[in-house]
Amino acid sequence: MISIQNVSKVFNLKGKDIRAVDQVSLTINKGDIYGVIGYSGAGKSTFIRLLNRLEDATSGEIKIDGKDINQLKAKGLRQARQQIGMVYQHFNVLWSRTVADNIAFPLEIARIPKHKRQQRVKELIELVGLIGKEDAYPSQLSGGQKQRVGIARALANNPNVLLCDEATSALDPETTDSILQLLRDINKQLGLTIILITHEMHVIRKICNRVAVMEAGRVVEEGEVLDVFRNPKQRVTKRFVQQIMGNQQDESWQSIVGEYETDQLYKLHFIGEKTSQAVISEVAKRYPIDINILQGQITQTQKGPYGALIVYLTGEKEAIAAAIQYLQSTSVEVEVNPNAS
Amino acid sequence: MLHNLFPNVQVADLVEATKETIYMTGISVIGTFIFGIVLGLLLFVTAKGGLWENRAIYVVVASFVNVFRAIPFIILILLLSPFTDFIVGTVRGPNAALPALIIGASPFYGRMVEIALKEVDKGVIEAAKGMGAKTSTIIFKVLLPESMPALISGITVTAIALVGYTAMAGVIGAGGLGDLAYLKGFQRWDFDVVLVSTVLVVLIVFLFQMIGDITSKKLDKR
Ligand SMILES: Nc1ncnc2c1ncn2[C@@H]1O[C@H](COP(=O)(O)OP(=O)(O)OP(=O)(O)O)[C@@H](O)[C@H]1O
Ligand SMILES: [Mg+2]
Repeated sequence: MISIQNVSKVFNLKGKDIRAVDQVSLTINKGDIYGVIGYSGAGKSTFIRLLNRLEDATSGEIKIDGKDINQLKAKGLRQARQQIGMVYQHFNVLWSRTVADNIAFPLEIARIPKHKRQQRVKELIELVGLIGKEDAYPSQLSGGQKQRVGIARALANNPNVLLCDEATSALDPETTDSILQLLRDINKQLGLTIILITHEMHVIRKICNRVAVMEAGRVVEEGEVLDVFRNPKQRVTKRFVQQIMGNQQDESWQSIVGEYETDQLYKLHFIGEKTSQAVISEVAKRYPIDINILQGQITQTQKGPYGALIVYLTGEKEAIAAAIQYLQSTSVEVEVNPNAS
Repeated sequence: MLHNLFPNVQVADLVEATKETIYMTGISVIGTFIFGIVLGLLLFVTAKGGLWENRAIYVVVASFVNVFRAIPFIILILLLSPFTDFIVGTVRGPNAALPALIIGASPFYGRMVEIALKEVDKGVIEAAKGMGAKTSTIIFKVLLPESMPALISGITVTAIALVGYTAMAGVIGAGGLGDLAYLKGFQRWDFDVVLVSTVLVVLIVFLFQMIGDITSKKLDKR
């Protein structure tokens, strides 16, 4: 578990104080994939660098598995760092070393004997899917492959925590997906805690279970990813949710009303658990009604689907009422058209 | 025919002088490579924001480098002669040239080393720190290997300058091709000796350049 209490980082630039991280408190549980999202300059990188003390906090307390990071002396810090892997946006692999030697580097630092090192490198190469590339130099690899080297290297000493600073920001969407998939597999297989920084809500949606939103050095909103998607409170958060969902808040009703019988319009909110398709087809099978999907968007998060559909139901009044009742018995939330007569 | 063209050239002298030049350059290149890297590393790690930031050491090293780089080589030899006499036991011959060659070239090369180290990706240094590497590990496993092609190009340029320095040292009795050209060529006005010595010096320069280029290219995996 990682506990962060009132942590601040102030930079002094030509006599001017910059509060890059401002009174941040967070608790990150073991096994979490914890996302930190924010726009450029929000202080995300500075924040994550405080966790392995690439940056020293100005004030506050950071505890990783009970160990107070800020109190560690040079040697203790070096040992602690071996248990905290870090993955970087620009990979930061050594061009002078082959893939295998790059992955072996943290093992050399930890003074693992050579034969054990070779064994471990082999395992890691398999884990990240780089078999056959052992003797290649980074310049001969694609961005995605370089990041796989970065991830393998970060995992070499079996860390408890993996820090990812924009690990996918330099990659194309497809490669991003494959790297996210890899991170998720690693999280499941090894049970390690991942903290990742991003400015893309897609990344949060795809693999995180919790998210913190940063703005101007502060964490302005924090919670389960699904809750934050369903009920974003701050303006920045709403903007991030819109990155994925579009702006489907209020005006969506307006555009539809007029063309349909208003009391047969419903908005179905899907929040986790059941998949939308299964519920819709189930209703259509059970009740003699037609379901016409007019508008909506569903997206998949780590905790199941999230989104809403506006549907137009036609059929006997009783059948519609029964169908609605059934829907309400599932995890689907049914919203009635506010303009219904 | 060769004898007609170059009547005053003694092959045995030439071979001897060439050997001496290669010897002086070779040893001083090795010495300069080591001392230059030490100086460059000191400048790099003690600089502001460096791994071992230390204002006092930085100022001392930087002053040493700047002062010795400013002294013309021919004067440096004279200036160092008591020191040379003390450690080599003589001020004549190829070995006597070595202290001045190394002390003259190291500051020059040290600055090149510093520049090469500054070119190493900051992200990679930081990644090594993040892995829990000691500063010495960062120096030997990150900084030096990652800057090696630049270090090799730098020592190549320095080696060529050193060939020039050996010729100058020759004039005051260190031996080598400079000595030959000056004593047997210039002073006796046997100009063919000067000419042949020049050709040999140029060939030696080309040789160093070639070795440097090939090594640097081979090491560069970027
Ligand atoms: N070493 C430093 N010295 C001075 N100011 C700094 C330093 N590092 C960061 N800052 C400042 O702190 C603030 C936060 O920077 P940070 O890099 O943490 O943002 P970020 O959220 O990671 O942005 P991005 O998405 O662009 O990477 C910025 O205003 C930046 O200028
Ligand atoms: Mg950043």
